[in-house]
Amino acid sequence: MKKLLYIIIPAFVIAAGAIPFACSKKTGGRTDDLPALQPGKTDIDAGSWKPILLTSANEFAVSAPVATNTPEYIAQMNEIKSWQASLTEDEKNMVKYWSAGAILRWNEILRELVAKYNLAPYQNDDGTYPGPNANNPLAYPQFPFANPPYAARAYAYVSAAQYDALVAAHYYKKLYNRPAPYKVNATIKTLIPQSDLPSYPSEDAAVIGAAVEMMKLLFPGDQDFIQQKAEEHKRARIIAGANVRSDLEAGEALGKAVAQKFVTRARGDRAGSAAGTQADWTKLENDCIARGEIPWSSLEIPKRPPMLSAFGKVKTFLFDSLTAVSLRPGPPPLTASAKMKDETEEVYKIIQDDSRDHYRIVHFWADGIGTSTPPGHWDAIAAEDFIKKNYSEVRWARNMALLNMALMDAAIVCWDAKMFYFNPRPSQLNPKIKTLTGVPNFPSYISGHATFSSSAAAILSHIVPERAIAYNEMAREAALSRLYAGIHFRADCEVGLETGKKVGNYAIQRAQNDGAGN
Amino acid sequence: MIQFRKACRRYCILLIFCIQVAFSVNAQTEIDGIMMAKNNLCIGPMYGYSSWKNYWEGTLKRENLNLGTVSTQMISVMGNYGITNKLNILFGAPYITTKASAGTLHSQKGIQDGSLWLKWMPVERKLGNGDLSLYGIAGVSAPLSKYVADYLPLSIGLRSKTFSLRAMGDYQLGNFFVTASATYVFRDNIRIDRDAYYTTQMHYTNEVSMPNVFTYNIRAGYRSLNFIAEAFLDNMITQGGFDITRNNMPFPSNTMNAMRLGAWLKYELNKPKGLSFIATGNYVVSGRNVGQATTIGGGIFQIIDFNKKKPASSSLKK
Repeated sequence: MKKLLYIIIPAFVIAAGAIPFACSKKTGGRTDDLPALQPGKTDIDAGSWKPILLTSANEFAVSAPVATNTPEYIAQMNEIKSWQASLTEDEKNMVKYWSAGAILRWNEILRELVAKYNLAPYQNDDGTYPGPNANNPLAYPQFPFANPPYAARAYAYVSAAQYDALVAAHYYKKLYNRPAPYKVNATIKTLIPQSDLPSYPSEDAAVIGAAVEMMKLLFPGDQDFIQQKAEEHKRARIIAGANVRSDLEAGEALGKAVAQKFVTRARGDRAGSAAGTQADWTKLENDCIARGEIPWSSLEIPKRPPMLSAFGKVKTFLFDSLTAVSLRPGPPPLTASAKMKDETEEVYKIIQDDSRDHYRIVHFWADGIGTSTPPGHWDAIAAEDFIKKNYSEVRWARNMALLNMALMDAAIVCWDAKMFYFNPRPSQLNPKIKTLTGVPNFPSYISGHATFSSSAAAILSHIVPERAIAYNEMAREAALSRLYAGIHFRADCEVGLETGKKVGNYAIQRAQNDGAGN
Repeated sequence: MIQFRKACRRYCILLIFCIQVAFSVNAQTEIDGIMMAKNNLCIGPMYGYSSWKNYWEGTLKRENLNLGTVSTQMISVMGNYGITNKLNILFGAPYITTKASAGTLHSQKGIQDGSLWLKWMPVERKLGNGDLSLYGIAGVSAPLSKYVADYLPLSIGLRSKTFSLRAMGDYQLGNFFVTASATYVFRDNIRIDRDAYYTTQMHYTNEVSMPNVFTYNIRAGYRSLNFIAEAFLDNMITQGGFDITRNNMPFPSNTMNAMRLGAWLKYELNKPKGLSFIATGNYVVSGRNVGQATTIGGGIFQIIDFNKKKPASSSLKK
């Protein structure tokens, strides 16, 4: 025992000294220390790519820039020099952060806002639930409740508006061909890689303008935060020597003008009435009963109305409403059938295996409340691959738009099926089924995770073909995670995967015909 | 009186106990002013049951109809060995199960964190009519299984490796005593299964920075050779972290604070020699991002004397 003492005491002394310092409090993010984006090609001709809502790349006019030998331009060059004369660490960090890519950073900011607002309202005293109000966003419950369908739509609108803004920006870049400040005057230092792409109007500012305008609509309670990010981003471009002020002003104005088309579309896309009414919910339930089926019933206490019951009627991006309905899958197994009994029994068996590996899979893909949702998770997966591809901003935007339009349309088709069939969750048919994550408050068939994931895997496999196997494996794991969690039947996941793939194929069709190539 | 305190040394008090504060903060503590005699091992099982219906979401006290009552059961083996009369080593390893009475969330079970403490008594002297002893205590803990931390409030623990430093003083006058201690717990980062999470901002990583914890504990009561009865106040204050937002789920790096009041009883039999029973209970009177838990527990401990030749009571004769 004495010998033990000789080991233990020094061990404690060392531990006492070392552990407080070894207990790291730093948690760096995966994208904190990215190098500056250095596009492999400028995509100078992107002005000819097919926009999403714009009738043409020059639908909104951008006036000709002042010449680079005018006093006005020289004054703007001096603004860069005066910033660069004394740079603080904060300013250098700001440049480093934004130089990783405008589309990337604004996508990350959007994911952050989705996570912040992805919280279900607490019930009223009478057992009903309050709904968020877009006209009074800061009152509880805050607007929006950024649940998966809402988030899918938000990602799609922001990405699509940014893409159209960049197509327009590239049109004018080529037209006016005003070089970047460092090409005009070699004494301008650059804190980021130089580019041959004309700098007027600024691609970063077009992204900012579109983002700010869309996010004001989607997250009206956080306008200060959004505006502060926009100001930082613009300043970073000037400090970096990448843009003069007039590049930014023209780009931002263009981005905002383009975004207005998307704002108008968003106001009329039927999302505003997607929450549904008591009459709608009763009808869904009665229609299901009339078919001889057990209708979905909320498992929350008190019972909460189904999430965005009319989201299936929202206007799709990649196809028309008739196509959307045609993508509705066939019915799930009848609730009274032997097949459904078997599937319920299968779920019950699976949740007995709450192995560590099942928890890992379930929780990695859960993307439940307080997260950026499954569409946000797929944006993160895509972004981490796009980073390695050194895309131009416009190609980043195009690829993100394709992905997010697929995810939004997947949400619409999925929600249409969910509400049309109004099928119960496993725990409703067998209350002994305890779940490895929270049960989402909407009908089971078809799985949102499966539909989202396979639509994303389809378009991403087109964009980054060498990762196709990985994407499809991820989609499959995401779908099965819901079965492991005990919150979906196998049929929900399998049919969800099939349906999502069909939606993703429309995004591929668009990608093949938008003039961008790959 | 010193003689009395020396006599106490062979008795197994072992105030190492998993305190189910809430949301799986099983703070294993070692906070009594009594030492085991050299070459004596006190070891035995403990059982604990803890439950709460109300919890604090930040500072807002609420119930959650989708959880109902959250309960935790703990079975643990704990031990205290006297390396010398002034230096003890203590250990514990609990097995924990949790469940919610309402809603659909799956219960959790598993071996939680093992802990190891070294307790040193550098000062023991008369002060006035009583006896003063001072202690320095250091401890480490680490998860013993791959349980899930990010599944609060049903996780069985938080997975953080910890290192604790405690200063403690004990004063005994006749059969009455008071013990006060302060503890600082350094907590290491943990990794969760998600690849991103939101606290008050987004984190694009699966690594979570865990705030440190400061705890103080005051206990007072009656202490004799066979019987100990004491009441205690314990206050845990997390140094940082963040509040649960409205109707959100708890997160491992929340600011978990809890003020508890409790009592502790121990009775040691004369025959069979060295066998003792303990019973304890505590209640969270105020908190933040924790459940308002009521905890009860009990244990049976046996002293085993490894001294060769000499009888077990030899230390009494000095």
